[in-house]
Amino acid sequence: MSASSPSPQIIIVGAGPAGVRAAQTLVEAGLRPIVIDENRRAGGQIYRQPPPGFVRSKKELYGFEAAKAEALHSSFDQLRPSIDYRPDTLVWNCMPGHSGQLDLLHAQRHATLPYTHLILCSGALDRVMPFPGWTLPGVYTLGAAQVALKAQGCVLDGRVVIAGSGPLLYLLAYQYAKAGADIVAVLDTARFGGKLRALPTLLRQPVTFAKGLYFMGWLRAKGIPLLDGVEQIAASGQQTIQNLRWTRGGKTTEIACDALATGFGLRSETQLAELAGCRFVFDELNQQWLPQRDDAGRSSVPAVYLAGDGSGIAGADAAELSGRAAALALLQDLGLPTNAAAKTAAEQESRRLARTLRSNLQFRQGLETAFPTAVHWARNCADDLVICRCEEITAGQLRRSVQQEGTVEINRLKAMTRVGMGRCQGRVCGAAAAEILAHATGVSVAEAGRLRVQAPVKPIPVSAALAAEEQT
Amino acid sequence: MSKTTDKVIDTDVAIIGGGLMGTSAALELRRQQRSVVVLEQGWCGAQASGVNYGGVRRQGRAACQLPLSQRAHAIWRRLEQTIGSDGEYIASGHLKLARSDADMQELIAYRDMAAAYGLELELLEAETLRRRYPWIGEQARGASLCAEDGHANPRLIAAAFARAAEQAGARLLQQSAVEEFGFDGNYFVLQNSRGERVRSRFLLNCSGAWGKEIAERFGETVSEQAIYPNMCVTEPLPPLMNLSLGVVGGAFYARQVERGNVVLGGGRGIGNLALDATRPRASSSFKALAALTGMVPALRNALVIRTWSGVEGETPDHQPVIGPSATTPGLLHAFGFSGAGFQLAPAVGEVLAELVTKGESSTPIDAFSIKRFAIQQASKQESKV
Amino acid sequence: MSLLRRVAEQERKSISFWLDGKALSARAGDSVLTAVLTQADRLRRSEFSGAPRAGFCLIGCCQDCWMRSEDGVAVRACTTEIAEGMRLLSGTAPIAEENTGENK
Repeated sequence: MSASSPSPQIIIVGAGPAGVRAAQTLVEAGLRPIVIDENRRAGGQIYRQPPPGFVRSKKELYGFEAAKAEALHSSFDQLRPSIDYRPDTLVWNCMPGHSGQLDLLHAQRHATLPYTHLILCSGALDRVMPFPGWTLPGVYTLGAAQVALKAQGCVLDGRVVIAGSGPLLYLLAYQYAKAGADIVAVLDTARFGGKLRALPTLLRQPVTFAKGLYFMGWLRAKGIPLLDGVEQIAASGQQTIQNLRWTRGGKTTEIACDALATGFGLRSETQLAELAGCRFVFDELNQQWLPQRDDAGRSSVPAVYLAGDGSGIAGADAAELSGRAAALALLQDLGLPTNAAAKTAAEQESRRLARTLRSNLQFRQGLETAFPTAVHWARNCADDLVICRCEEITAGQLRRSVQQEGTVEINRLKAMTRVGMGRCQGRVCGAAAAEILAHATGVSVAEAGRLRVQAPVKPIPVSAALAAEEQT
Repeated sequence: MSKTTDKVIDTDVAIIGGGLMGTSAALELRRQQRSVVVLEQGWCGAQASGVNYGGVRRQGRAACQLPLSQRAHAIWRRLEQTIGSDGEYIASGHLKLARSDADMQELIAYRDMAAAYGLELELLEAETLRRRYPWIGEQARGASLCAEDGHANPRLIAAAFARAAEQAGARLLQQSAVEEFGFDGNYFVLQNSRGERVRSRFLLNCSGAWGKEIAERFGETVSEQAIYPNMCVTEPLPPLMNLSLGVVGGAFYARQVERGNVVLGGGRGIGNLALDATRPRASSSFKALAALTGMVPALRNALVIRTWSGVEGETPDHQPVIGPSATTPGLLHAFGFSGAGFQLAPAVGEVLAELVTKGESSTPIDAFSIKRFAIQQASKQESKV
Repeated sequence: MSLLRRVAEQERKSISFWLDGKALSARAGDSVLTAVLTQADRLRRSEFSGAPRAGFCLIGCCQDCWMRSEDGVAVRACTTEIAEGMRLLSGTAPIAEENTGENK
C-alpha cells in the first residue's frame, strides 16, 4: 500500500461460511474488515445459530455438520475483537464508483458506509416453482422448515409432506422425523434412475453422497413413503393447506395434510452484485443470471469480490473455500503480502483453492443430473396459477401480455403486468416469470432478459428515511 | 458495424423516438392517411414516457402551455376511444398545497391568470382543506384544487399509444438506434444499427433527452440537458389519498394508485444517456419522503419498496421545443419537455400532424420555437460587445 | 389452529403480547412469526384477494410475513423478535375481549 492511497475500507457483506472465512483471511493479514450481517448472529443459513439462550447442542442442531458448524462459529467468535461486526443490519443499496458507498438499515435507522473494497457473500434462497395452492398458509420452503427447527425449536405442525428436489429434501425429512414431526410422504421430482446415472460424478464426494443414502435408508426404515418421479403437485385448502395432490407415472394421488415443505435447489441472491455494477452472465447450470467471477472470486468491477452461494450455488464447504480465495485475491490486489516467500505461498494456495473449487463444480454438475430442476413446468401450468405472490399475478396474465401486447422481455413484462413489482421485487417470482415468458415467446430463458434491480433490495420503512433527513 | 441492406422503406413521415410524442404523432398521422415509420433505439415508451410520475395535470403550467394543455385534456377525457384502453387514467383531481402565506398568494395569482385560459381552480383555506381531506397534515396552509386533473399509469399509456399506432398501420422499428442521417434537399434518409433504411419527406424529432443530439445533426442551435427525476414507490396501502398531490415549489409530487401503492417523485437521481444507466439517489428519496410525510403524516408508517430514475430532457426555460426546424424544411421537433410532457403528449401528436398536413398548428406554439435558442445566443453575443 | 409446533427449547421466559386484541404469550427468543403461528394460522391477508398468508421463506427474503402493529408500524414477522407488550394485527377486526377499551 502506497503512502498516497487512502487506507482501504473493506466491507464484507454476509456472515455465513464465505463471509466468515473471508474475514478470517483478512484479519490474519493484519487488516480490520467491517462485516455486515443481516442476521443477529453469524453462521448464514446452514450454520444458522438460534438466539442467545437456546440450549440445544451443536450435535442436535446440525447433526453430521456439527463439527463444521462448531469450527465456523468458534472461528468467528475469535475474530470478533479484530473486526467491526454489524449484526441485524441490512445493506439495501450500493452506490459504486470512485468512492463507493453502502446504504444500511439497522434498528429502523439509516446509515451510509463508504467502501474501497467489497466482498459480497449474500448467500442463497430456495428455488421454488409455483404450483396451485403455493400461497396457502402451511406451505413453506425447505429452508424455512429447517430454520423453524434449527433457530426456533419448532416443526411444521400436523401431517407434513416434503416435496421437491435436491439433497436438502432428504436431509430435512430426516431432521424433522428425528425431531418428532409427522412426515407423511417425501415426494421427489427427480428419478432415482437419474441418480444412478450420475453415480460416477457423485462418488467424487463420497461423504455427501453417503449421507444422502443414509437419510433415505433411515426414512424408509421408519416407514416413511419416499416417492420419486413425482410430476405436478397441487395444494388445496380453505384457510390453510388441507390436501396435496400429485401425479406420478400418469396416476394421480391425493392425501390430507397440514403442512408442505417444498424446494428445488437454491438460487443465488445477487441484488447487491447488480447494484455494485457487476457484469452478469446467464449460467446454464444454475439456470440463473449470475455475476461474472474469475477463479478467485474477482467480479468484473475492480475491488468488488464475490464468494459463496451468492454468486453460484456450490454448497457450504465450497463457500468457506471461496471466501478465503476471494480474500486472498483482494490481498494480492493490494500488493499483500509484501514478503516474497509469503507472497509465493499465498499464490500457491490461491491456485490450490481454485483447483478445489473447479472440482467441486463438477460435483455440482453431477448433482444436477441426479436432481434436475423442473424447467418444463412453464409449459403445463394453468392460466390461473399465481406466479407473483406479492401482487397475485397469474400465468394467464403473463401469457396475455405476450399474446396481446407483443411483450418479449422480462422488464417489459413487469411494466405491463406488475409481475415482480411487489415487496419482494421479483426475488421469488422472477425466475418463474422468465420461464413463462420464454415458453410463451419461444425464446430461451436467457433471451427473456434479466429483471433490473433498484434500491432498496428489501423494503425499508419511511420512518428510517425521516430519521435520516432529520440528521442532515 | 451495421450492414446496409439494399431495401429502402419509403414513407411520408419518419419519426425518431417511440415515446409518447412520437407514437401519438404516428397515430394521428395515420388517421390523416399518411404513412409513418417510427425508429426507436430501445422499446417504445420505455424512457421518460414510461418511468415518469404519471401526472395528467394542467394546473401549474406556464400560461404559454395552457392552450396545448387544454387541448390535451379533451383528448384524455376520451382516451379509451383514442387508444383502446384507459391506462388506469383517473380524473381524481389535483391538489397543489401551500405551506405559507406567500405560497397561497402564488396560488391565488395563478388561479386568476389561468381563468383566462378556461382553467377553473378552487382555492381552499386550511380549515376547508382539512375538512375535505382529513389526511392532510397541519403543515398545509391551504391549497389550489383542479378538480378534473388526475393521473394515469405511464407504462401502460406509452405502450398503448405505441400499440394503437401500430394497429393503425404505423411501422415501429424498435431496438435499433438511428446511426446515419441524410437530407438531400427534399428527402430525409435514415439508417439504423440493423442496416434498415428509411426515406421520408418529413422527419419528426421526438427523441426526448436525445433531441438536442438529433437537432444538432441538422445544424440547429438548441440548449437541452438530460435530467434524472428521482422516484419512489411504497407497498400497497389502504386507500388514503384520493387525488394527486403537489406542493408550491415542487419538493414532492405524490399519488396513490388504485392498488394502493403511493408513487412519489421529488429531487434528482444520477445517470447518463446510455439506456438503463439511471440510478436513484437515497438522499433525494429521503428529502421527498420527508416533504410528503410532512403533508400526509399517515404515510410515516409505510414501507418503501423501490426507487428509480429515468431520463428526461430539460431546457433552460423549462419549455419544450415544438415546431419546425430553423434550418431544414420538413424537419419538425417535439422534445425537451422538462419533466412535464406526459399530459401534453396527445395534443402534441395532433399538432405535429397538423404541421405535416397543413403546415401550421391550430394551437399556439410560438413560445416553443427552436429559434429562441439562436436568438438568445445572438443577444448574449451582442451584449458582450 | 396452529402452523408451528414446539419440539425443543421449551424452557424459556414467557413474553406477553396481543394478537387482534387477544392476550397471548410466547417465549423469549421467538420471532414474531413463531409467536403467532404456534397459536394461530395466519399472519396477514393479501391486499388484493384477501386470502390469508403465513409467510414462506422464514429468512427475510420473500416479504410475505409483514404484519402491522396496532399503531400502524410495519413488522417483518420472521426477522423481528417478539417483544413484551407488542400489539399485532393479522387482518381481522380485533376480537372483543373482557378487557377491551385499549383497541382502536
